[in-house]
Amino acid sequence: MNSAVAGRWESMLTLVFALGFVLFSLTSPYFLSVDTLSDATFNFTERAIVALPLALLIIAGEIDISVAGIIALASVAMGLAADQGAGSATVAATGLGTGLLAGCINGALVTLGKVPAIVATIGTMTLFRGAAYAVLGDRVLKNYPQGFEIFGQGYLVGPVSIELALFVLLAVGAALFLHGSRWGRVVYAIGANPVATRFSGIAVDRYRFALFALTGLASGLAAVLLTSRLGSTRPSIAQGWELEIISIVILGGVSVWGGKGSILGVVLAALVFGLVTFGLGLLNIPGIVMSIFTGALLILVVAVPALVQRK
Amino acid sequence: MQAPLLTLTDIRKSFGGVRALAGVNLELHPGSITALLGENGAGKSTLVKILSGVYQPDSGVIHFNGGATRIASPVAARDLGIGVVHQECLVFDHLTIAENLFVNAHPLRRGMVDWNGLHARAQAVLDELGAGFDAHAPAASLSIAQKHVVQIARALVNDSRLLILDEPTASLSQRECAELFRIARKLRDAGCALLLITHRFEEIYELADRYAVFRDGASVGAGSLAGTSRDELIRMMVGRPVEQLFPKQAVEPGEILLRVDKLGRDGEFDDVSFSLRRGEVLGIYGLVGAGRSELAQVLFGVQGADRGSMTVSGDIALVPEDRQGQGSILPFSVAANIALPNLAALAPRGWMRTRDERELARQWIGALAIKAESPAQPVRNLSGGNQQKVVLAKWLARKPAVLILDEPTKGIDVGAKAAVHQVTSEFAAAGHGVILISSELPEIMAMSDRILVMRRGRLRGEFTRADATSEALLRAASDA
Amino acid sequence: MNTPARKPWSQVARRDLQFALLTLALLAAVVLAFPGFAAPGNLAGLLDDTGILVMLALGQMLVILVRGIDLSVAANLALCGMLAALFNRAFPELGVLPVLALSIAAGGLLGAFNGILVWKLRLPPIVVTLGTMSMYRGVIYLLSGGEWVNDNEMSPQFVAFTRAEFLGLTTLSWLALTCAAGFMFFLQRLPLARNFYAAGGNPDAAAYSGIDAGRMQFVAYVVCGAIAGLAGYLWVARFAVAYTDIALGFELQVIAACLIGGVAIGGGVGSVLGVVLGCLFLGIIRSSLPLVGISAFWQMFINGLVILAAVLLSARQQRQPRTTTLEVARE
Repeated sequence: MNSAVAGRWESMLTLVFALGFVLFSLTSPYFLSVDTLSDATFNFTERAIVALPLALLIIAGEIDISVAGIIALASVAMGLAADQGAGSATVAATGLGTGLLAGCINGALVTLGKVPAIVATIGTMTLFRGAAYAVLGDRVLKNYPQGFEIFGQGYLVGPVSIELALFVLLAVGAALFLHGSRWGRVVYAIGANPVATRFSGIAVDRYRFALFALTGLASGLAAVLLTSRLGSTRPSIAQGWELEIISIVILGGVSVWGGKGSILGVVLAALVFGLVTFGLGLLNIPGIVMSIFTGALLILVVAVPALVQRK
Repeated sequence: MQAPLLTLTDIRKSFGGVRALAGVNLELHPGSITALLGENGAGKSTLVKILSGVYQPDSGVIHFNGGATRIASPVAARDLGIGVVHQECLVFDHLTIAENLFVNAHPLRRGMVDWNGLHARAQAVLDELGAGFDAHAPAASLSIAQKHVVQIARALVNDSRLLILDEPTASLSQRECAELFRIARKLRDAGCALLLITHRFEEIYELADRYAVFRDGASVGAGSLAGTSRDELIRMMVGRPVEQLFPKQAVEPGEILLRVDKLGRDGEFDDVSFSLRRGEVLGIYGLVGAGRSELAQVLFGVQGADRGSMTVSGDIALVPEDRQGQGSILPFSVAANIALPNLAALAPRGWMRTRDERELARQWIGALAIKAESPAQPVRNLSGGNQQKVVLAKWLARKPAVLILDEPTKGIDVGAKAAVHQVTSEFAAAGHGVILISSELPEIMAMSDRILVMRRGRLRGEFTRADATSEALLRAASDA
Repeated sequence: MNTPARKPWSQVARRDLQFALLTLALLAAVVLAFPGFAAPGNLAGLLDDTGILVMLALGQMLVILVRGIDLSVAANLALCGMLAALFNRAFPELGVLPVLALSIAAGGLLGAFNGILVWKLRLPPIVVTLGTMSMYRGVIYLLSGGEWVNDNEMSPQFVAFTRAEFLGLTTLSWLALTCAAGFMFFLQRLPLARNFYAAGGNPDAAAYSGIDAGRMQFVAYVVCGAIAGLAGYLWVARFAVAYTDIALGFELQVIAACLIGGVAIGGGVGSVLGVVLGCLFLGIIRSSLPLVGISAFWQMFINGLVILAAVLLSARQQRQPRTTTLEVARE
């Protein structure tokens, strides 16, 4: 657990955040207002909530590309439940439950089916989003109950949205888990050397399964928040989010090879991501051009350490 | 004797600050088999890597076939006529045996692979070696011994004049060894120079006619084996006379801790029954491939049994054979490694108490004299012996009822070896049970109260301390 | 016969045979229900439909063989397609040949970018190609300003090239067949191609034989990219339209075809026949869906099921049979 390197990475992220903040304040007149900044948080909160358990999963040496597919599936399930006349709480529970179930399917494929995570989640990603398309076709589900919008559009106190509050809460929980608890230790160990971890008497597969399930649950939660914010469900909901969420995790300093990474890094990366996407949006740069930045950033994040090492 | 084919003069190689070779000399003659001896860390594997073109020496001269040369890459080595049979089977499982012989050296016709020619030549070489297999078969179907033969065939195909055999007989049965030796002698008689790296003295005297000894990266002796005794060789390797290193205390065995009844796992071992008492050290002897590690893994719980049962009063710990891959997490600190099986005790309600973790590590660093700068030092920076002590510490900290040690002193220095034996002895005396798996006859005979012998997955004999002799054990363990 | 291993049946050959039978069975089932499906015109159409998938999947197979993966192929295709369309719009008089050359070269360059990062910096292929996937898509927008290039802006030769028929099959189909035949030939006979299998199967052993696994990966990415570039022109010409989102998500179909076709994600294993069968399998399913009355919206879900079935079966096969050390009344 190379704390010196991690500290440097987090400092760099903080620096980037500060620079970006200054830059956008100067270039856009709308930027520096509490309301604007509060709106800005929606750019990252939902993705970041999924990034937290995904970071744990990647630290443990696995990966999950199906997260956006799970969001879509969960959203469709919620829309159908809403169509049946379910109340807000039930609808939300449906979303969470679907996400959890999807995560368990991933977990089972990897631990029981012994399918490598990358191909398993390529398969489930296709399956879940495919299910969303199959069920909805080109329809839109909009019959969400009154009060459902509070999850995604509500505010806890002042400018702090419920989404932001949830994210902060979960981030703190994730940090305590990963860095302070004994189970967090095991997560690092599995990523660093799964064989030796097994030979230390730890049921590695059980942890893997739990992490996949947790990622699924978080995706379900993100689906609740996103759907509630949008007020509707299309099968293309959260399209391309898997790339953005993985980018946040890797930008946060989590190594794709496993065994390294921190929650603070992921949180800072989420902030940077939200800042950049929001700022570029204010400057009227279309989303698809933004993805050039996201893509380049992702490559830079892994290339720079590699270049430095080569010297 | 002919002029040497290969002469190494004052070869030096360092990695970072670590000196692997501090000036070694070596002479290999055609039609001769030279055994290279040395303890682990003496520099043998570095030398092999230099000869096979993977590393370049920092200084020194290599003469091959009369002229000074550089072996710049593995391909250059191959072109020079140097072939290597590696310990790790560098065989391509998904290619056919024939193609394995010609990887990146396919016979060509008009720029394209000439498969007919390839198969013909492959079958010819294999037949010449007396290997019985069909060149069209996929290499995945071969046993380890057969894969070694494939590597030899590959060297032959490349017209190798110098063949290096790096620990070729680990994992081979007696019969497979004999077959390998036959091929080696055949190559020697055809004028090849062979370099044999092995730890087994029986092999050295059976196969080789010359020897070279490395110690701490330097050449300490070389010459003809005729007239050189085993003790002299050992003295050259170790640098000091061999003393009694095994302080096993005599203990009155107590109640039965572990009872194993007709335990079996398909393809690995079957019909294993024994019991272990408090205070007892039960040795399990056998050649590599006998199924002992597999048995240990089933007892520990990391693999499942297909039949049979076992009962134990308490838990079972395992110090595995592969200390770097299975035993410890190299990038983690000493403290983190020791903590890993003990998390429940260090963090009873979930919250890690890093102070307790460090304390625990310090306690064991002291108890086992682990040479580490601090509990925070990564295990990968420790020597083999100290790494093994860390692995021991993490399980001893857990105070298991039964401790299984799988080849615990393989490749570690003499001092650490003695420490391991002492700790083992004390642990048993404290009322626990120990199962010691070892291929080293002196060690297992001195340390064990009783010895079980396994051969090809079954128990072949049980000996008490009194009636265990080297001959009896070896006979029970081998196919002879 | 100048070919590798013909006897005994290797594991790969056996799998291909089983899969071929499965595909034939599927085809037979569809034809039984809808005799019109077997009409030569329909079958030719099926080949035309899967042609681009076949070519892309063969390129992807090369990359997966050497332990890589290329998620950017669809974006590469779209970018090169747009380039081709824009070039053609600007210089319609130059005809098709320069367009082909441009597409292939551009695709190769885009692939080389992936390849350099994986080879020289040893970056994880999944991260690299995820990144280039979004970069390339974004560049399309920059080039086109978000505008479409419609068929009325394309020269007649541009559009007609893929549809020109020869012996009942379109140029596109012939290209796909040639590609498959070429791959099959070269993978068996070209020494460089044999090195792909070695580099992917056992990179350590390959290094000892003087094979630079990283360089193999670079070559694979360039070839894969060049094919994607060519496919970009073919796609745009076939559908007579070019815009930012063409082939969105198509990379998953390509990878699915490879996985179904028996290409091992860990590298070193894969056959041209298997990949082609995989494409045909998916193609038959896609074509028969409307006949059965299943909306096209079900296609993605069915693809997902097929992928999962294929990888589960693969995983079960990979589990090494425990080599027997037991003495079983042998001597």
